[in-house]
Amino acid sequence: MPQEASPHVVRSYEGELRRLREMIARMGGLAERQVADSAQALIRRDTDLAAEVVRRDAELDQMEREIEQFCVRLLALRQPMAGDLRLIIAAMKISSDLERIGDYARNGAKRAIVVSQQFLISSLNGFERMSELVQENLRGAIDALVEEDAEKADEVWRGDEPIDGIYNGIFRELLTFMMEDPRNITAATHLLFIAKNMERIGDHATNIAERVHFVVLGEPVTADRPKGDDSASAVAGAPR
Amino acid sequence: MNDVSMAAPMSAEQARGAAAAAAPRIAIRNLDFIYAPGLPKALKGITLDIPDRQVTGMIGPSGCGKSTLLRVLNRMYSLYPGQRAEGEVIMDGRNLIGPDVDINELRSRIGMVFQKPTPFPMTIFENIAFGVRLHERLNKAQMAERVEWALTRAAIWNEVKDRLHSSALGLSGGQQQRLCIARSIAVRPEVILLDEPTSALDPISTLKIEELVDELKKDFTIVIVTHNMQQAARCADQVAFFYLGELIEVGSAAQMFTAPRHPKTQEYITGRFG
Repeated sequence: MPQEASPHVVRSYEGELRRLREMIARMGGLAERQVADSAQALIRRDTDLAAEVVRRDAELDQMEREIEQFCVRLLALRQPMAGDLRLIIAAMKISSDLERIGDYARNGAKRAIVVSQQFLISSLNGFERMSELVQENLRGAIDALVEEDAEKADEVWRGDEPIDGIYNGIFRELLTFMMEDPRNITAATHLLFIAKNMERIGDHATNIAERVHFVVLGEPVTADRPKGDDSASAVAGAPR
Repeated sequence: MNDVSMAAPMSAEQARGAAAAAAPRIAIRNLDFIYAPGLPKALKGITLDIPDRQVTGMIGPSGCGKSTLLRVLNRMYSLYPGQRAEGEVIMDGRNLIGPDVDINELRSRIGMVFQKPTPFPMTIFENIAFGVRLHERLNKAQMAERVEWALTRAAIWNEVKDRLHSSALGLSGGQQQRLCIARSIAVRPEVILLDEPTSALDPISTLKIEELVDELKKDFTIVIVTHNMQQAARCADQVAFFYLGELIEVGSAAQMFTAPRHPKTQEYITGRFG
């Protein structure tokens, strides 16, 4: 149920809830940038940018701690109920999703440095496309929270399938490269992890979308999310 | 006590199903109430089940009708000419607001405790025995046993057992309120109505009353009116929200305080009112 029909009687509390939303939006923005830069570092073989991503991850960790402390304070001092309670609980969980997203982006950046020292074995178009979709979903999920838009959250939730699809394509392609020439294995393994990281980031974005759905409507998402990742059961075929 | 976790809140259907599963102790149907001819209705078409041996919490802003409903349930309003209730309040197949109801008998089945402790100016023992004598003839030993039982159930026996024959007015506020609860359960009612029972008490006395409510619901059906949202969340199994004489929403406490369905409920319990 959309809230904010009328403002809170205690204005400072209203201000604190607004500040919480802003903190999440800022952390979401930084996480999104980390994902984008991590992908760019890989694609442009830019080790400086990769190092920058690794360095910036500490900021995300710090933001997570701040949000958590702020939420604990709100719970203790304001005894929130209903929509406010849902927002605060969701904010705590979303901040850990964003922190994990940051970890994946940092890991991707570290691997991008290794990959940049290897022969380029394949086009990185898939990675670029995947990173764009993941960022779009992440942005959509955070916007949905700030705007209290359950419909937008549901869109993000449904929008993870294409990401899984690209991941499967990359997985199969890299498997083939490794079978063709063992010298590709180092780069291909790192690339596989990077792709898996991005796919995981997408999953965290859908987690966030689910939490936003709960914040806005008060009921959890119950349907099964459409999933396109079947790499868990993939087997290497004969080299082409 | 009730589950106020963020676990999946019950759907309205589930909440209704859970309440309906146990037959209601009291079934209120299309209840209207007016304080005087010409005045607007203080209750408008209330339909609500009070589940057996559960705690029903009633919340809502001042003047919303929750205390009025409590007064209807034990016919308090019958003291005042001009006040009129229409509709049905069914308990054991009988309409409690019908003309043929013995009010004294009704009040021995539905006890009430008020906001301010109201001990009688007599001894602690007599405070309890007084009401019992109105309804039952007990010998001395039986009466002593009944008084001890009531004081024990009201979690005050240990504090007063050595001064049963001193004045009840010497007790602290929290003790006086537990004495009043003991007095109301001494006649072994089926339903206990509590009208803001802790609003004049300190936090620890309040918690003692809440613990007592939790204990008493094993044997009694309890209806509690409270202005304290956290108290309703802590005590009640079912919560009903009233506004301007209407029942806006009723559901399990967990659902009402995590995911109320009606925007008015959401506004009220999060403090965004008016």
